[in-house]
Amino acid sequence: MIKVEHLTKSYANVLAVEDVSFEVGEGEIVGLLGPNGAGKTTTMRILTCFMPATSGTASVAGYDVFTDSLNVRKQIGYLPENVPLYPEMRVNEYLLFRAKLKKVPSKERNSRIQECLERCGIREVEKQIIGTLSKGYRQRVGLADTLLHDPKILILDEPTIGLDPNQIRQIRQLIKALGEKHTVLLSTHILPEVEMICGRVIIINRGKVVAMDTPSNLLTSLKGGATVHLEVAGKAERIKSALSAIPGVTKVLGSENGDINNFVVEADGDKDIREDIFKCIVKNNWILYELRREKASLEDIFHQITTQES
Amino acid sequence: MTNVPTVFRREMNAYFLSPVAYVVIVVFLVVSGYFFQKALFITTEASLRYSLAISQFVLSILTPVITMRLLAEESKTGTIETLMTAPVTDFEVVFGKFLAAWGLYGVMLAPTLIYIAFLSWVGNPDIGPIISSYIGLILMGAMFVSIGLLVSSLTKNQIVAAVIGIVSLMILWVVGFYVAGTEGWFSEALKYIGTFGHWDTFTKGLVDTRDVVYYVSLTALFVFITVRVIESRKWR
Ligand SMILES: Nc1ncnc2c1ncn2[C@@H]1O[C@H](COP(=O)(O)OP(=O)(O)OP(=O)(O)O)[C@@H](O)[C@H]1O
Ligand SMILES: [Mg+2]
Repeated sequence: MIKVEHLTKSYANVLAVEDVSFEVGEGEIVGLLGPNGAGKTTTMRILTCFMPATSGTASVAGYDVFTDSLNVRKQIGYLPENVPLYPEMRVNEYLLFRAKLKKVPSKERNSRIQECLERCGIREVEKQIIGTLSKGYRQRVGLADTLLHDPKILILDEPTIGLDPNQIRQIRQLIKALGEKHTVLLSTHILPEVEMICGRVIIINRGKVVAMDTPSNLLTSLKGGATVHLEVAGKAERIKSALSAIPGVTKVLGSENGDINNFVVEADGDKDIREDIFKCIVKNNWILYELRREKASLEDIFHQITTQES
Repeated sequence: MTNVPTVFRREMNAYFLSPVAYVVIVVFLVVSGYFFQKALFITTEASLRYSLAISQFVLSILTPVITMRLLAEESKTGTIETLMTAPVTDFEVVFGKFLAAWGLYGVMLAPTLIYIAFLSWVGNPDIGPIISSYIGLILMGAMFVSIGLLVSSLTKNQIVAAVIGIVSLMILWVVGFYVAGTEGWFSEALKYIGTFGHWDTFTKGLVDTRDVVYYVSLTALFVFITVRVIESRKWR
């Protein structure tokens, strides 16, 4: 549905996007992930025909974004960063204006608007002036606008930024539900969000794609072994030296709080060292309160990938 | 072209939802009313000639106030991004906005028709120059609006747009006024470029094709340049 090939965009003297290529298939929810200034918004602006690329090509639903801009724009619903709206208009007036621009047939307009109000949970503010809405509700008005013409593709630039935790959850659920009927490309720098709603992640940093995979594949591909947390009663020093002696263990960090001590054990390789740790503790007759392996989070991957080449 | 009415209606509604429209209409009414009664008492002549001559000066100030927000505000608030990523052409947006501002300009002039009714009641005005003057006002308005629209497309700041618009219109006015009565190709050229000479013929009761062509072609030119400016975001 979206195909991007060797896309490069430079502003006056900043290279914002450099040789980016990726594809988004029909029905996918793909997250564009990257730190501030990575080039997420720039990529989306090119895809939505707001500005052209310096070089490279991009097509949306089979139409080229540069030569067939009008057709591309008919296929997409775009929620720009910060959700720009006309503050003086009422919600229903605004949606009516947008529905006309998007050429929703006049007979269907009202029912479409009602449906979008309903889906985004903003029916109760239908007659309110946009300027008086809270941030979360403005976000929803923006989202309702993207759905008006029932586009095949939704491009959402940081759809949950600035919302409270409850609203974030609701918007995520909404996006997830939308993903059943639409192809979604969204950008974010909130990692749990990607894990929760995206089927695939594209990580970009300084304008380049640095990783592209499903969240779970990215997790398993994270280099470096596991980290194990444990809580043991016994003499801290003896425990520490016993743990360090286990083959594969590279580092033992401990904190002493009287009888029960906490340790963090780092090991390399793929081997699960929990078994060895357990046996070692039983052999010494210490009492084990907790033994837990920490899974690498997308946060670690993100940190690792986006900091390693700078 | 199907989006032109949609854009036009939104802009018109926006005008009447903000104080700008009312302020401009009231200011124009007060100022033109003042000059109307002044001219009436000084000349004791049932004619609109003198009060309409003054109105070009007033309109040079008020028209950029009408047009200042058209594109500057969209750039400032970022709504240009939602607007231009909808399936609309740059021309539809620019032309819809042009028509809305021109429409408001017309609304602003409309109450002055009362003066004509008043003149017909107190005296026997020559209706020819009045009609031609209004045609002139409407055409001049199109050009003023197109200049204001262009200026508004060049900045994000409405105040800057208004000031540059007013200064540009003043220069266009002064240029022709300054060389009035002098000879030579240079002053002829300036007379043609300036709006003063063109407007003057209308107030004398003449609708000269040369003047009509002047206003219409400059309007088209400025609207066209505005479209190019909007497009130019793509090359920056
Ligand atoms: N109009 C512009 N003119 C010049 N440089 C720009 C412009 N827009 C963006 N940039 C630069 O391009 C780079 C990428 O910006 P972009 O907005 O795409 O990042 P982003 O990934 O969306 O970041 P964020 O997470 O902060 O929204 C940045 O270095 C930015 O300063
Ligand atoms: Mg951004």
